[in-house]
Amino acid sequence: MSPRTASATPRPGFVLEVERSTPPILFHHGEGFRLERLPAGRSRVIYPPSPLEGLPDPSGAIRHALEHPIDSEPLPALLRPGMRLTIAFDDISLPLPPMARPDVRQQVIETVLDMAAAAGVDDVHLIAALALHRRMTEAELRHAVGDRVYDAFAPSRRLYNHDAEDPDGMVLLGTTDHGEEVQISRRAAHSDLVVYVNINLVAMDGGWKSTATGLSGYQGLRHHHNVATMLKSRSFMDQANSELHRSNWRQGAVLAESGPRVFQIETTLNNNSFGTSGSLSMLQKREWEWTARDRATFLAMQGGLSVLSPAARRRAFQSWRAPYALTSVQAGEVSAVHKVTTENVFRQQLVAVEGQTDVLTMGLPYICPYNVNSIMNPILVMCLGLGYFFNLYRGRPLVRPGGAVIMTHPTPWEFHPVHHPSYIDFFEQVLADTTDPAEIEARYELRYATDEWYRHLYRTSYAYHGVHPFYMWYWGAHALSYLGRVIVVGGDRAAVRRMGFAPASSLSDAFEIASDTVGDRPSVTHLHLPPFVMADVS
Amino acid sequence: MNANPLGGLLRRLDFPWRPPAVPRSAPAGRVPATLGTDFDTAWARRWPARMVRAAIIELLWRPVVAAAAQPTRLGLDRLAPLDGEPAIFAANHHSHLDTPLLMTSIPEPWRHTLIVAAAADYFFPTRTKGAASALFMGAVPVERSRVGRDSAAEVSDLVRRGWSLLLYPEGGRSTDGWGQPFRGGAAYLAHRCDVPVVPVYLAGTRRILPKGRLLPAPGRTLVVFGDPVRPDPSERIRALGARIEAAVAAVADETTTDWWQARQRVHAGATPALTGPDAASWRRAWALSHRSKPRTRRWPR
Repeated sequence: MSPRTASATPRPGFVLEVERSTPPILFHHGEGFRLERLPAGRSRVIYPPSPLEGLPDPSGAIRHALEHPIDSEPLPALLRPGMRLTIAFDDISLPLPPMARPDVRQQVIETVLDMAAAAGVDDVHLIAALALHRRMTEAELRHAVGDRVYDAFAPSRRLYNHDAEDPDGMVLLGTTDHGEEVQISRRAAHSDLVVYVNINLVAMDGGWKSTATGLSGYQGLRHHHNVATMLKSRSFMDQANSELHRSNWRQGAVLAESGPRVFQIETTLNNNSFGTSGSLSMLQKREWEWTARDRATFLAMQGGLSVLSPAARRRAFQSWRAPYALTSVQAGEVSAVHKVTTENVFRQQLVAVEGQTDVLTMGLPYICPYNVNSIMNPILVMCLGLGYFFNLYRGRPLVRPGGAVIMTHPTPWEFHPVHHPSYIDFFEQVLADTTDPAEIEARYELRYATDEWYRHLYRTSYAYHGVHPFYMWYWGAHALSYLGRVIVVGGDRAAVRRMGFAPASSLSDAFEIASDTVGDRPSVTHLHLPPFVMADVS
Repeated sequence: MNANPLGGLLRRLDFPWRPPAVPRSAPAGRVPATLGTDFDTAWARRWPARMVRAAIIELLWRPVVAAAAQPTRLGLDRLAPLDGEPAIFAANHHSHLDTPLLMTSIPEPWRHTLIVAAAADYFFPTRTKGAASALFMGAVPVERSRVGRDSAAEVSDLVRRGWSLLLYPEGGRSTDGWGQPFRGGAAYLAHRCDVPVVPVYLAGTRRILPKGRLLPAPGRTLVVFGDPVRPDPSERIRALGARIEAAVAAVADETTTDWWQARQRVHAGATPALTGPDAASWRRAWALSHRSKPRTRRWPR
């Protein structure tokens, strides 16, 4: 049977050629926005497609996917009394912004558990597959899996966060033919069945990356979360050209051979990040389609944001819950499922773009995968811009080799002391010394990765692992080696300079700074996101 | 000794101070054609009355319910798949407090397009009481002593026109704290209108305002919404009714243990019935005292 997908075709993405009559373009700017005029006659703006229609009956679609999986027996046939069942699910980093209740993970997990209850399965554990991310709080877990599941499993410690540093909780399953160790949670390894519940927000997510990364630890992750892999992943959003994925798939092969049986459930959401109506809906409209009400709302919002403190602005933005809709759900064998999932992601996000540009501009929003309910520190600004957004391409990068990237973000020299303790030291110690990813990896990574204090905070507090800021820096390694200039508009000058980038107070200043690299009249492309859009560059 | 002097006084204000109740055995000709199931409530669904009722819900019922019932509302996320389509909310029934509690608990867009199936003999015996019921609760009269084709036709017509319905399939308030067997009204209407039924379990209202008491004794309540039950056109109404009753019982079971154990019992066919054990009244009361959720460790949150 084919998996269930929504059928309606949305308005496709669009590449706007900027003329003199083009209105100012919206740039996200952290917890705020900028309206910027782009040079007429040599600029273009890439707009995402409109949100796909959601599935009319999400619950029915989920049940159908589990009963009619791809290249696998139906889930009910895999469940039996006396078995050990582990349900792993994506952590707080997905989706972005967090989804309005009910979260799709809750809908899927409740259906899986209902089937398990029908089959008489008693031994069930649920694990937030967060790898080296911070632990999820009770409120965050409740949001992801729902109160019913949380109340049923958490008090008896059968719902918990993955702990990659638990000496008794991890096992080594084997080694790939490239010498990559495969490490996984002991509970998952010793289960009769692992059901993985995924949300595929961008093309990088899902597949064997779910289990091989999400349930793994430093011993396994270091084989693909490194500079060499990132330099060979062009891009890591395009599986066919991603060394990151090839490595995960090799580890997946070991998992399939020596590990538990994995039943993968992947879901895709539409890109309705800010709603098609309501107070933030103008953020996903094209500027010339803003109504009088949209403009008034935007002005009122800008006025309100200007009088709020940074902390209050952050709280306001972080409280936003996106009204996403489920656009597809498929289950079964990992690789086969992921192939269908990726097609569905592309169906929502892909926009055909002709040729490269001299300057790529992007407005960085308030959120990235690693600062949900937290602060977007300078390292995360770099990771979002040069890691995620730069890599949102298939074929060739949007910007030419040696070109410039201009990002807008306040880039505050500010860190969440609970969530990002090792980031503080990374920024103060490592980046003060060098910004070269390869040198950083060689000289500093192991020390941070094995630091007992960071390990303690990761395990018992809500801290990202000590090695995590390194991975964030590596995420931008390809862009750093590829670009001639990186300029941050409106950022904290000292913080921007610490990262080796050029600060600019306005977009026109940024173009002026970039002129030594790309000339006086560069071609400009603006990536208008979020909502997510991925460029298919010819 | 009368514990409630106000209630005693009101009860003494009988006929002729109060209008006469019409005996059920009276010839049909005696019943005024404007009362009971014939009471016209159409005016209460027009915009002026709806605005008044919205104000009553927000300005009267909500603070009263918050003060007297301190509700915890669970399972609202289960309504998301309905996407705003009309539905029948079928709840167990312990108290007059149940309706205000549900009118303030059922979310938009259903809250302000909600009608309440109310017993014609109890809520519409006089013009004043009928008008108050229609205005304050959005009540429509239904016959509870027998299958009333006329009232069922009117209610189903309203549901088809986009109104949602709150209905107590037990037909009346519980007398001992346990539920009563469900009657077929909810299933009949759901089948006839092809709309989903949302099972709702209420707990705690009987302690606050049991049958026979006039003034509430404040306490805590629980409102739990279950997964909507969709009628199958090929299904017999009796089977649909059984499914609805089982759904409410399953939701009730969640509140006494947890969702996972409740689902295991559903699949094992071992969900405790709402009606309680078939035993002597003292044993039923004894069993009822055990029907509370065990304390679970909630710290740190």
